[in-house]
Amino acid sequence: MPSSHPLRAAAALVGIGETDYVRGADETPVQLMLRASAAAIADAGLEPGDIDGILPPPGYTSAEELAANLGIEDLHYAATVHLGGASPTASLQSAAMAIHSGLAKNVLVVVGWNGFSAFRPRPGIKRPRMGLDPGSVGNVTMDYYLPYGARIPAQFYSFILMRYKQLYGIPDEAAAEVALACRAHAQLNEKALMRGRPLDLDEYLAAPWVAEPLRKFDCCVETDCGAAVVLTSAERARDCPHPPVLYLGGAEGHPYPADDITNRPDPFKVGLSFAAPRAFAMAGVGPEEMDFLQVYDCFTYVVLLQLEALGLCGRGEAGDFVRDGRIRLGGDMPLNTHGGLLSQGHMWGMNHVIEATRQLRHAAGPAQVEGAELGLVTGWGDYGDGSLAILGRGP
Amino acid sequence: MSAAPKYVPDPDGRNADFYQHLVQGQLHLQRCEDCARFLHPPRFRCAGCGSLALAFLPSEGRGRVFSWTVTHRPVDPGWAAEGLPWATVVIEMEEGVRLVGGWRGQLEELRLDLEVEVEIEPAGENFAFLYFRPSGQES
Repeated sequence: MPSSHPLRAAAALVGIGETDYVRGADETPVQLMLRASAAAIADAGLEPGDIDGILPPPGYTSAEELAANLGIEDLHYAATVHLGGASPTASLQSAAMAIHSGLAKNVLVVVGWNGFSAFRPRPGIKRPRMGLDPGSVGNVTMDYYLPYGARIPAQFYSFILMRYKQLYGIPDEAAAEVALACRAHAQLNEKALMRGRPLDLDEYLAAPWVAEPLRKFDCCVETDCGAAVVLTSAERARDCPHPPVLYLGGAEGHPYPADDITNRPDPFKVGLSFAAPRAFAMAGVGPEEMDFLQVYDCFTYVVLLQLEALGLCGRGEAGDFVRDGRIRLGGDMPLNTHGGLLSQGHMWGMNHVIEATRQLRHAAGPAQVEGAELGLVTGWGDYGDGSLAILGRGP
Repeated sequence: MSAAPKYVPDPDGRNADFYQHLVQGQLHLQRCEDCARFLHPPRFRCAGCGSLALAFLPSEGRGRVFSWTVTHRPVDPGWAAEGLPWATVVIEMEEGVRLVGGWRGQLEELRLDLEVEVEIEPAGENFAFLYFRPSGQES
């Protein structure tokens, strides 16, 4: 279905940059973000002074700090999206709005953290003063979840994932296939934390539980890393060094109520359930037309929920959807071709945006999906907030 | 006594009202006096009808298992001190709202729609723990 939405193909991804994905970085989140930002700006063929919009993550830094370090003397636009891990992909929407409206020309979206080291400070290393902003979910978490020994996302999300598994009889092999596909794809990626550590079904099933229904390999890998992208107008993108990757459509979505994961009339109607129809309508394409899927994979079962929310299959059918190699490279819906949060590293899904850009530049190396023209990136954060970006290879 | 104490919150706003009732020994749930809708977590305004007339009503404390998780890693020192693994349950109360609580049954008993009843364990002046056990079982 054609779309006349003004944001459709108004902006393009023209620069990408990322650090290594490591456990035990010597640098703070701000340093990682600056390194990734400089790489993304250079990749776009721009100078830092060309950047006039910055969208930093909800925590660890500020637009002011980034601008001061990058030498951006005339910042036109700065805003932070508070959707937890869904923030980077949702920020692409804000960047596209700023560019389309003329408020900014070249927008930097950046994220970085010590996702591993911050939880295990080495002796002598002082934690950065500025932490993660708990944002929208603090009150409910502190008064109703934490007292009952539920402290980490694996537990909070299991409040809906256990019901999903029980209600629809999702077999262990379905979640395993998400973990195994991501791990297989990571073997092709020089920047994947889990490269060189292949995983099979027996090892997956033998691994200990973290919080049922989640085993060890259902959980993504804690990582220290930084990643950034630069967007500009589709028109200016034609002058940049790489083939432009067009932002065809996108949306953010909030489950209801967003601040409590346990009291939703339909617990499986997540943020992406609201976002997907709007994003596909904006882009004028359908989910089945995608050449690849980069789906936010903090946990395997969260991927299954999102495949359903995207409309790729019906409620409770994601277990069947992922079977028979469909989500592997060579299948008809390759998923997380870089290894994802599960096996490349946890970079809040900005690594998914970068991988999607590489795929559409036809520069994804051994993980390249041949002839990729269309792909999507999802984000998931807080208690199921969602975001979606639909990207296409530009002319 | 456990070596590490469990986390006890210092509830704010309407959450403080919810737990103040619980500290007195009986579960109360917030209900809109105009449209009779139950609300949890407690809110300042009824999202259904816009009313500000919200009151706490005593509850029989009965419901069914809506979901749960069984935690196998010592992510919470206070709970881990009582033994691994432990279950955290989500209960759909007869009033329709869902509550999170600790589990006072066997882990093997947990299944969707299992009938349960509440147990209250005060912890200080501003907070009491909610636990659930299978209906008809003595604590």
